[in-house]
Amino acid sequence: MIHAFEYRGTYLVLDVESGAVHEVDKPSYDVISAVERGNAVNALPYSHSLIQEIMDEIEELRKEGVFDSPAPKAPYADASFSPIKSMCLNVAHDCNLRCAYCFAETGEFHGGRMLMPIETAKAALDMLVQRSGTRYHLEVDLFGGEPLMNWEVVKGIVAYGRELEQKHNKHINFTITTNGLALDDEKIDYINREMFNVVISIDGRREVHDALRVTPNRKGSYDTIVPKAQKLVSLRGDGEHYIRGTYTADNLDFTEDVKALHELGFEQISIEPVVLKPDEPHAINDSNVDRAIEEYDTLLDYVLDQKKEGKPFNFFHFHVDLDNAPCLAKRALGCGAGVEYVAVAPNGEVYPCHQFVGDKDFLLGNVLEKDENGDVPLREDIRQRFASCNIFTKEKCSKCWAKYFCSGGCAANAHKLNGSITEPPDVSCKLLKKRTEIAIGMATVKERE
Amino acid sequence: MKHIKNIQKPCIRKGENTACGECQASCQSACKTSCTVANQKCVKTAK
Repeated sequence: MIHAFEYRGTYLVLDVESGAVHEVDKPSYDVISAVERGNAVNALPYSHSLIQEIMDEIEELRKEGVFDSPAPKAPYADASFSPIKSMCLNVAHDCNLRCAYCFAETGEFHGGRMLMPIETAKAALDMLVQRSGTRYHLEVDLFGGEPLMNWEVVKGIVAYGRELEQKHNKHINFTITTNGLALDDEKIDYINREMFNVVISIDGRREVHDALRVTPNRKGSYDTIVPKAQKLVSLRGDGEHYIRGTYTADNLDFTEDVKALHELGFEQISIEPVVLKPDEPHAINDSNVDRAIEEYDTLLDYVLDQKKEGKPFNFFHFHVDLDNAPCLAKRALGCGAGVEYVAVAPNGEVYPCHQFVGDKDFLLGNVLEKDENGDVPLREDIRQRFASCNIFTKEKCSKCWAKYFCSGGCAANAHKLNGSITEPPDVSCKLLKKRTEIAIGMATVKERE
Repeated sequence: MKHIKNIQKPCIRKGENTACGECQASCQSACKTSCTVANQKCVKTAK
């Protein structure tokens, strides 16, 4: 399988199964595009000899295994043998904001407001370490709701994690995802010292942010959050962090939101499409997805202009590292939800990921309920469903050129929008493909820009 | 070649069936939705 596309006037061809990228001239692009679509090349306005020259070059690359190369063998995926290495701890099913697009019912997660007790958190970490096998690097994301609403437990979790590291020869990367509203000097200092990564949610322009990210009394939160986020980032130095925003149907000119964040001094930015059912307010759907796709070209212009002006920044979705890229198994399994990644609710319930929390159809177990051996039994049948759900088994993904870049997309979004973890939503796929073309273009044509 | 120039070597099959699993879970990397696995690094080769 191959995929031909244009990146700012340069014609590129991706050999899907190997990841090789070729730059081609316009006649070759037309010939290859015709072949990709199953059209006759003889109908193209080029001489027979020119077409033959191009076909000969294609044949040479084919023999080298970098053009229309065969698919690799699918990695074997069995959840029962897979360690768990990553855990999302929903330390607070409560939030101090009431964002209109919140997937977690503004913090309730279908189960009412609750903070995670420290004993539950410790039991969760025990399960993570016990099920991590030989994995040295483990990850714990402190999530919510809003995790800063359960601050003492956050600190207790990190302290307990450090004990477990020593005892079991593990290294735990703690991360935190926060709306920033409750940040203060003590929390900023602690987060910058203890957290491997921090994600702060800001949607961009003040009016865009304040339209949807409001307090319980419907006031905007931008003016409170931005100075705190700036302070945290300025004190963080080179430490990993992201300012993460959500765009909706209401701000399809989201380049302006990226600009707004960049002008505030942020250099690690991720703005992502909201995930809502097509008929919900603010949804990206078939009627507006093409406008969103167009906007990524505008955003690319801005990213490259800023680079030229000596003010570069990283837009998360325009980055791929082709030289140090993940291995095939990682690309096949994707996020690892339900297999190597799980989420734990404040009441101890374990789910395949944070987006499934509260959906009893996906309840894997409870960290507080142990068997006679002291282990936490998990529903291995559900874990195996997730292990079996990969780019080699999903029909739509197996035929898609972008499969090794998105790894089949988000199972939770597929379930939410299409009712099945194996059927990625078309809108998400379209946006992902556009971002991937740009990312490949930036990675391979960068020396001229 | 006159018409086609390779500008990126193959990268997909790297580590085929030798996954160490030490890399960061993709959804944890920076965001909690619509992650792109390929924008992550292999912890071994990136060192």
